[in-house]
Amino acid sequence: MSNAREIIARNIAPMLKDGDIVNLGVGMPTMVGNYVDPDMELYFHAENGTIGAGVVLSGEMFESPEILLQWEEDHSGFKTDYHEGHKDLANAGSEYITLLDGASCFDVCRSFAIARGGHLDVTVLGALQVDQEGSLANWMVPGKRVNGMGGAMDILSGAKKAIIAMEHCTKDGKPKLLRKCTMPYTAINCVDTVVTEKCIIDIEDGHFTVRALYPGVTREEIEATVEGELVFADEMKVMAV
Amino acid sequence: MDKIITAEQAAAMVEGGDRTVMIAGFGTTGTPNHILKSLADLGTNDLSIIAGDFGQNNRGFRQGIALLVGNGQVSRAQISFTGVNPEAAAKAAAGEIDVTFIPLGTLVERIRCGGYGIGGFYTRTGVGTLVAEGKESKVIDGVEYLLEKPLRADVGLVKAYKADKFGNAVFRYTARGYNEFIAMACDNTILEVEELVEVGDIQPDEVQLPGIFVNHIVVGKEAVL
Repeated sequence: MSNAREIIARNIAPMLKDGDIVNLGVGMPTMVGNYVDPDMELYFHAENGTIGAGVVLSGEMFESPEILLQWEEDHSGFKTDYHEGHKDLANAGSEYITLLDGASCFDVCRSFAIARGGHLDVTVLGALQVDQEGSLANWMVPGKRVNGMGGAMDILSGAKKAIIAMEHCTKDGKPKLLRKCTMPYTAINCVDTVVTEKCIIDIEDGHFTVRALYPGVTREEIEATVEGELVFADEMKVMAV
Repeated sequence: MDKIITAEQAAAMVEGGDRTVMIAGFGTTGTPNHILKSLADLGTNDLSIIAGDFGQNNRGFRQGIALLVGNGQVSRAQISFTGVNPEAAAKAAAGEIDVTFIPLGTLVERIRCGGYGIGGFYTRTGVGTLVAEGKESKVIDGVEYLLEKPLRADVGLVKAYKADKFGNAVFRYTARGYNEFIAMACDNTILEVEELVEVGDIQPDEVQLPGIFVNHIVVGKEAVL
């Protein structure tokens, strides 16, 4: 049985098309990469300055500061290259990564020019709330938590398509799909699709259109957990398990 | 002109109060860790920093700007995200650091404008959000944009893999960051490098940051916490 995050990532993966330039946000969106068809050619953009990310490196180097510093020493300068990892090579979430052959690195101004300039085909980002106008909130919880927006606002201002990966309800069961976001916006009128563990929803003309349901999830359950104008597509699809 | 100084000398050039310091780095990469360690040891207080994030302290130790945050040396920050530093997020939420959050693409472009002599730029980033508050907006060809102004600082702390003694520098992979723009946008730019070579050892067309933008050079070879 998949958990919610796995269900969401697995159902977003088929939305990426051969040849797409894709930016995956930190956290759950990054997991989408685990489920894409390996025969498909995708170009992963990371806002810290690369297109062509390979895999995220994990393992014993993070077990202690001493081991990490030794790893960094052994992967510095020209001792290693992008195939095996390097201390000067990370993704936007500060994880060490490899690059694929054909990858490129560039400065961060250019990286955001790629985002803002309309050169990204798809971005997948997490959110705290999404509303029926396609606006989202994901960078601060007033009075509680302020993480900052990082590059999310810039990426959303330019990406051709924005997919939100988001658990369906808050931890205490409250709706996150709303008539209007109650938290400060990250960007307005930009979300195309929201994928939760219960359904896939498109934002269309100021309302939510449910396109697919997870097996066993009823329309009544969606109606009870989504605030705002809700339409069910004539041809309802079934989400991958 | 001899540009080589120690990390301690570099740290002593950073002042608090109404002075500002711009610090390079993206999460764990491209950070001038030796200079920041010396600045933490020196203990200069009431710092106003401009940076992408607050360094890292999620691996059991603090590194980079996280050292300054841990010591309580940072009073004001123009920053994009708290990054892999939950301690800084807590201090920001508690009001211990006066934080202004800036979208990262806007932040780096403002720095670029600061160094390029451009009076600002219009961007769609932030339209309709808190970021738009107090800013001029303009509709260009039917699309709404915000005016963002250039950003400069008194001191810039940047990091490259290698430089010659004039400061012509090269970076590796994603550690390039926005170092070259910080270097242009600060009155006094101090470059930390892992490897220092003689003038002439770097081919002119390999140079990513021209040495004319570098005032001082610190060599910090070993990894530092």
